[in-house]
Amino acid sequence: MPDKSLRTLKQKLMSFVDLIATPLTVSHYIELVNPLWVSHNLQAQVVDVWDETKNARTLTLKPGRNWRTHRAGQHIRVGVPIEGKHFTRTYSISSEPERRDGCITITVKALDDGRMSTHLVRDVKKGTYLPIGLPQGEFVLPQAAPTLPLFITAGSGITPVMSMLRNYVRVGNIPDTVHMHYAPHSYDVIFGKELKRYAEQLPNLYHYHPIFTRELGSELSSKKHFSPEQLEKRCPDWREREVWACGPQSLLDSVEAFFKENGREQHLHTERFLAPTAKLTGDEQGGQVNFDGKTIDADGITPLLRVFEDSGLNPKHGCRMGICRSCDRTLKSGSVRDLRTGTIIEEPGSVVQICICAAAGNCELN
Amino acid sequence: MSIQLPVPLNKHEIEEFGQELDDIYEETIASLGSKDERYIKRLIKTQRSMALISRFVIFASLAFLPNWFTHTLASWSMFYLTAGVGVFFLAVSKILENMEISHNVLHGQWDWMRDPEINSTVWEWDHASPADQWKKTHNVVHHTWTNVLYKDHDVGYGLLRVTSEQKWAPRYILQPLYNFILAIFFEWGIGIQEMNWKKFFVGTKEQKEHFGFVFRRFRAKAVRQIMKDYVLWPLLSGPFFLYVAASNAIANILRNIWTNIIIFCGHFPEDVYVFRKQDVEGETRAHWYLRQLLGSANIKGGRLFSIMTGNLNHQIEHHLFPDMPSNRYPQVAPRVKALCDRYGLPYNTGSLIRQYGTTTLKIWRLSFPGGDTVPK
Repeated sequence: MPDKSLRTLKQKLMSFVDLIATPLTVSHYIELVNPLWVSHNLQAQVVDVWDETKNARTLTLKPGRNWRTHRAGQHIRVGVPIEGKHFTRTYSISSEPERRDGCITITVKALDDGRMSTHLVRDVKKGTYLPIGLPQGEFVLPQAAPTLPLFITAGSGITPVMSMLRNYVRVGNIPDTVHMHYAPHSYDVIFGKELKRYAEQLPNLYHYHPIFTRELGSELSSKKHFSPEQLEKRCPDWREREVWACGPQSLLDSVEAFFKENGREQHLHTERFLAPTAKLTGDEQGGQVNFDGKTIDADGITPLLRVFEDSGLNPKHGCRMGICRSCDRTLKSGSVRDLRTGTIIEEPGSVVQICICAAAGNCELN
Repeated sequence: MSIQLPVPLNKHEIEEFGQELDDIYEETIASLGSKDERYIKRLIKTQRSMALISRFVIFASLAFLPNWFTHTLASWSMFYLTAGVGVFFLAVSKILENMEISHNVLHGQWDWMRDPEINSTVWEWDHASPADQWKKTHNVVHHTWTNVLYKDHDVGYGLLRVTSEQKWAPRYILQPLYNFILAIFFEWGIGIQEMNWKKFFVGTKEQKEHFGFVFRRFRAKAVRQIMKDYVLWPLLSGPFFLYVAASNAIANILRNIWTNIIIFCGHFPEDVYVFRKQDVEGETRAHWYLRQLLGSANIKGGRLFSIMTGNLNHQIEHHLFPDMPSNRYPQVAPRVKALCDRYGLPYNTGSLIRQYGTTTLKIWRLSFPGGDTVPK
């Protein structure tokens, strides 16, 4: 109790001290000296970059003082301005919790059409400050109960599992673990050397099964993707194991289907990198709009403000012609169309002027 | 729509004019990128550093007081020089904060960056007016109803007669004096703009409640602003409380006078049009552009001047494209001017002396009944 009242007293004192920096806070001025010392946001400095494979890079980040330790398997939001525009993506932390240097690592694979991932892999320099979020996610190992884990990962889906493995190794309490990892070729395996080393050092505990889905020089062969036979061969005791799977949609779909069939879906934990998004099917296509928790049908040509008003809502607005910005809302998911320019706005976090934007597929605003 | 245009333009030509402005807007917005981002972020950093350092320079000037210190540099001239530098740069930092940064951020000019902090929905500024209330009086009322009599409160701010279209009343006799006082306390004049005092006395219950709401928000903001400049920073200087408070007051007043001059040059100089409510009925976007053009005036000046006016020396461009990042106005201004020349439309620009001079003359002249008829 005294601890709590002490904290509120401290908060009150801080907000009084902050008056001196009205309308900002003292922290905004501290940011001028070192962005890692601030309390009004959370940033991390890129202190090292390391190429894992030809298109995957590990960034070592030193988070600011607002950081709190992650649990192995959790992810963070990372923000990057590209061409002046702020983008946010989620990446799993690949380092073990509580590293001595206070740093964390994320490992990013440059996707062919991934603007953000390509930027992080190719352009981000040492010393850059990136806005980050606090660690989140339930894709974690149970804290107390001892379990026998089976990891099924593919490609960059290795990252959260890497954090778990490193945590086991650091603490020195690795249980009997089976790890099936899919990659196109052996040289594409992120952390390949480290995984092999663990397998050599802990031969009775860590059973590492890399599976390469492509022959050198040949196209992808789906025969080598996840199948019950494969699982039976590499991990006959899968019925007694708790499963963590992370990788592309297709892998997770087949793994999920398999474990459901066998009635073990409650023992399967999955982590998806991309939330399924509504695809645009054509011009001026409307959709369902989730607005302040209410779901409303909207066509693709009526401004959202009108749509909301017609359905009995009364959102804040002003000029109704895209000038005053009284009606600004934030896009949470999905996409809308700016009726003036026809531009599609689909980046979560974008400011949407609802008086001149219409739905473009399903979307969610707050 | 019945704006009397200075040149006869038919419906088609007006729409074409609007289309060309749309094109300039879209082209510019599409070209925004990391250069623009760097501009605003650097400016914000510079401004904050300047604000902090100038406050410390004001403190540091006390070290030169000859009646307190005996070191060789202690003298009245050194004291006044340092104090002057501190106050001047505090005023400059406040001007940058209000004009080139906050005014423009609150217009949504930087929303395209999707920056979690530099955007119109969360920004608050170093000004007596709470950001959300100001966005209403300024972005909604002033920018939508620009120069429409009895609609745009910025036409005379409910205090001055700035066009012969406003009916004369005896109270206007003293308006040069009101104008002077308004300039000194400009920040506070803007702060109370959203409050409708008349409604408080004779309004309905809801209007009174709304007044109360607006008033409480304003009071909360005002208390913070006053605490900062007139209580907390002065307290830090201990026995020199009054000196620091006075320095801050001078910086605030310098900022008020400067912003007042620049803003008055935006809509009150000679040859600026005013409009009546019926003029804007059924207005299309192209007509709206025309009204913004005719109702605004620019001030000639270089890059530094532009930054110090928050690029409001490009008032015309600002009114045509209120949410275009202000650092782009100098670039689009020649194109807008060329467009106006092509259509034979006036483009009101002049030196600061000309624009503020005609504004001042007008305020003096209109304190008496009558006055020249204005373009409308």
